Amino acid sequence: MFSFILRRMLSLVLIAIAVPTIVFFVMRMVPADPAYVVLGDQATAESLAAFRQKAGLDQPLLVQYGEFVSGLARGDLGKSMITGQSISAQIADVFPDTLSLALGALVIGALVGISIGVITAVWRNTWIDFVGRVFALLGFSFPSFYLGVLLLLIFSVWLGWFPVVHTMRGDGWGEYLHKLALPALSLGLVQAAYVTRLTRSAMLEVLGQDYVRTAFAKGLAPRKVYFKHALRNVLITVITAMGVYTGTILGGAILTETVFNRPGLGKLLIGAIAQRDYNLIQSGLIMFALVIMVVNLLVDLSYGLLDPRIKYS
Amino acid sequence: MSDSTSGVASVATQLAAAPRSPARVRLDLLLADRGACIGLLIIAAVVLLAVFAPYVAMDPTEQSIVNALQPPSAAHWFGTDEFGRDVYSRVIYGTRPALFVGLMSVLVSMVIGIPLGLLAGYRGGWLDTTISGGVDIMLSFPGLLLALMIVSLVGSSMAVLVLAIGVAHVPIFVRLARSATLLIRELDYVAASRTFGASELHILRRHIFPNVIGPLIVMATLSIAGAIREEAALSFLGLGVQPPDASWGNLIRDGVITILEAPWLALIPGMCLTISVLAFNILGDAVRDILDPRDLASSAVKKGK
Repeated sequence: MFSFILRRMLSLVLIAIAVPTIVFFVMRMVPADPAYVVLGDQATAESLAAFRQKAGLDQPLLVQYGEFVSGLARGDLGKSMITGQSISAQIADVFPDTLSLALGALVIGALVGISIGVITAVWRNTWIDFVGRVFALLGFSFPSFYLGVLLLLIFSVWLGWFPVVHTMRGDGWGEYLHKLALPALSLGLVQAAYVTRLTRSAMLEVLGQDYVRTAFAKGLAPRKVYFKHALRNVLITVITAMGVYTGTILGGAILTETVFNRPGLGKLLIGAIAQRDYNLIQSGLIMFALVIMVVNLLVDLSYGLLDPRIKYS
Repeated sequence: MSDSTSGVASVATQLAAAPRSPARVRLDLLLADRGACIGLLIIAAVVLLAVFAPYVAMDPTEQSIVNALQPPSAAHWFGTDEFGRDVYSRVIYGTRPALFVGLMSVLVSMVIGIPLGLLAGYRGGWLDTTISGGVDIMLSFPGLLLALMIVSLVGSSMAVLVLAIGVAHVPIFVRLARSATLLIRELDYVAASRTFGASELHILRRHIFPNVIGPLIVMATLSIAGAIREEAALSFLGLGVQPPDASWGNLIRDGVITILEAPWLALIPGMCLTISVLAFNILGDAVRDILDPRDLASSAVKKGK
């Protein structure tokens, strides 16, 4: 177990060094000159030079990299090339919104997906199973942003149950959750499709094992066998895979935030790309990678906690 | 692969009947699957619409401001957009970027990913560590984000879209090819071939590749679905196909802006997108059932009961 954590930490550290480095140098390969892009073609040579100096673009590449790394280590991501605002502050401002969206989607995906997965496995090869599998197939195929558009149209425009405009955060928890509901649902339902398939096949495998037959044979109530004996082993598989899906959820968050015009990391990144704010793009990418790395580490560690056998290997 | 699971009796009947090649057997199995047929039919329809778009649709970029935002009618089946363009024609022309990017980008990821995965799995050692490390780093970005980064750096064009989405899908193919190779390289017939002095290239091409191709075909079919979705997503974000050219993604983007007045502008292209993605997913599932002997055996048992 200890060497497992150590190895995981080591590879995490390597990736944590590699990702910002790669992003930094790839961003410097941009064919366009950022100063020119930001100031436009009316800019004089002096103002271009002044901009480069202010943004540190006149320094040698390695010096720029050194500054970037030392800033990163202090949690300082530099300043926006367009607005001059601190990027760390901008990210800190919208990060909770993306986090709540991702968590909401994760919870919806897990609850809906695990429930349907278990139900379809228990009643396999019946019409219930068929309906559940059609749901999973549809979820696989529905682009999350289109599902968002559909939900927005039905529940906000036609039924008026939820706000159409999501730009403002609203006051208090109730309003915040009210505005979170549709975006989290559109992202979570797509996720639920993956979880359904995973849970169903894991559950089918577990139900075929001897200890489940033994549990039935000694006369345990089916409910107890399914929830106490089978589900616990299924959850291990599902939780491990959920880590992999964090990336998909965060990628989907970019789209969902655009559909609902909701503040967040994805919206910030898309705005930065539209304005060619290279510093902000770079920081946004690194933040996404960082979150995914941390989640994957947490999942790996929880795997060891959930399955005691891991400790002995 | 699939032959090994058919019982002795069916092998005997097969031998008695006209001999069928393994590929033919699989094709017959595929055509016997209802889901696969539905998927294939939809895909065929989309391909035909893409190829014959000029014959079944009008000019998708012709504007007519007086006809702006009309609901669906006999003249304009799917209505008109805010510039009075015929949305039916734009949806039909939208099949082109979807299919082109979907197919070509998966080709790109297979051409890059499979050789890397085969090499990493067969050679092992530092080469494997390097390739797998690179894959791990790429997987720490969501695929969409990776494509987004490439498009935002070099600007958007059809070729860039294909490359960006293709590169984003490389890691899955590397992983799949690598893990399949790891299993197969230990088998006796590979060792036998090695003792005969076969070159590495020969072993990889003749012995390993044919045996890992099954899961790769399944992954490729499912990846086409993913790539079509990603092209639409990028175009939806305004970073993919640029107007006035039509793509289902940018049609949905335009439709969301006018969602209060004309909801069908977002609904219809989204429906076409979803159905096309669904078709490739159904086909991928069916191909998996046919190529995976374990699943085939279980479904045979099920049907036999």
